[in-house]
Amino acid sequence: MDRVRDTATFRVKAGLAEMLKGGVIMDVVTPEHARVAEAAGAAAVMALERVPADIRKVGGVARMSDPSMIEGIQGAVTIPVMASARIGHFAEAHVLEALEVDYIDESEVPPPADEANHIDKWRFKVPFVCGATNLGEALRRLGEGAAMIRTKGEAGTGNVVEEVRHMRAIQGEIRRLGSLDEAELAAAAKELRAPLDLVREVGENGRLPVVNFSAGGIATPADAALMMQLGAEGVFVGSGIFKSEDPERTAAAIVEATTHFDDPARVAQASHGLGAAMGGIEIAELEAPGGGGLIQHRGW
Amino acid sequence: MIIGVLALQGDFEAHARVLERLGASTRIVRTPADLHGIHGLVIPGGESTTMTLGIEREGLAEPLRELAAEGTPVLGTCAGLIMLDRDHLGVLDVTARRNAFGRQIASFEADVNLVGMNGSPLRAVFIRAPWVEERGEEVEVLAEVEGRPVAVRQGNVLAVAFHPEIAGDGRLHSWLLERAAERQAKEPA
Repeated sequence: MDRVRDTATFRVKAGLAEMLKGGVIMDVVTPEHARVAEAAGAAAVMALERVPADIRKVGGVARMSDPSMIEGIQGAVTIPVMASARIGHFAEAHVLEALEVDYIDESEVPPPADEANHIDKWRFKVPFVCGATNLGEALRRLGEGAAMIRTKGEAGTGNVVEEVRHMRAIQGEIRRLGSLDEAELAAAAKELRAPLDLVREVGENGRLPVVNFSAGGIATPADAALMMQLGAEGVFVGSGIFKSEDPERTAAAIVEATTHFDDPARVAQASHGLGAAMGGIEIAELEAPGGGGLIQHRGW
Repeated sequence: MIIGVLALQGDFEAHARVLERLGASTRIVRTPADLHGIHGLVIPGGESTTMTLGIEREGLAEPLRELAAEGTPVLGTCAGLIMLDRDHLGVLDVTARRNAFGRQIASFEADVNLVGMNGSPLRAVFIRAPWVEERGEEVEVLAEVEGRPVAVRQGNVLAVAFHPEIAGDGRLHSWLLERAAERQAKEPA
């Protein structure tokens, strides 16, 4: 019996993020990385041209991955494959949609392609995830059609401090909205520079209308457990896996710690004997002259 | 009455919300010990490879098989259907084909009529959804999309390729709760 199929509805787009909950999304640059990530229990992989730590080191303009690399990764695994487009670069996003990636990350990690406008994400069938440093930014991205939010953190540093700041800001502002009356919500929407209907919805439900993951600095199982306890619904791990001494074991350990985030004995068990984590960078070093600056301020 | 929701990864919270709205108490299941004393179980949607590895890591395969064999009602959605099939837990006599409807761009929602279900059609959300490729004689097909079985039942186990919990339809969960109540009534006092 034939029935009408409605594709690309917001429920279908946000629904895939629901399926990723409690999971770890791992940055990969090759099909081999993707296989390692899948075998360790990744819920999805993010296909990048370079991991953030290398973008930081080498500098220059990072771009969308080579389509043949994305296709290689799609062929290597059965879990969802995400890929990133530069902020505002809708043509890169169209290419990623044509390649049928499962999610597009409109990412601040490569330099933005448009300094005023993010991508109009309603025009796409493939769902988008966007970074945010606070609730207003998250709701502006939802207003533009994003179907999943992640913190920005500070990619490629192996330092979880900015990720904590962003998650606490988002969760704290959500709690605050819950205590406001209708008139105050209107003022809050103005202050947050966010659509009033979304502000109202968050105030009523006490949570974002889409899934909120943590990203931008996780390097250890305990980092993942920390972010989950602060309210993340899953985690992205970028350089933290393939810049560690033992990527296979580190990946599996972060997956285990993300599932059992509220059981310290299990997080401890997962953390045993992983070898060296990726090298970390102190945020103050980045802010110092010649330090390269912070990525999180890209996007608005 | 307590309904367990397997929570290794996936949309377990969406299921718990539907069950709680229907008045059930829920318990997050991550280890074999969490299965003790539950009257029904939901295996949610999520990534089936992640869930398979999690079941292996936690030593949950045998306890889950025993639970189903004892007659505890089980509802599986999407990845849950895959977990129950011959190639995974082997609880259902079916072979699921993963990502059968295609990548995310082909994900869809549609109205589905289930055999034996009263009322309006169920709004079914299919996300990178599987279908049932092969099935044994004891498996009853409750719904098809374009000739592909997407809802099956075998005894106390109901499995669907879609997500009633995403559209918030509680009728399949009600089926689980009714079976669980019958089971609880039979417990020795």
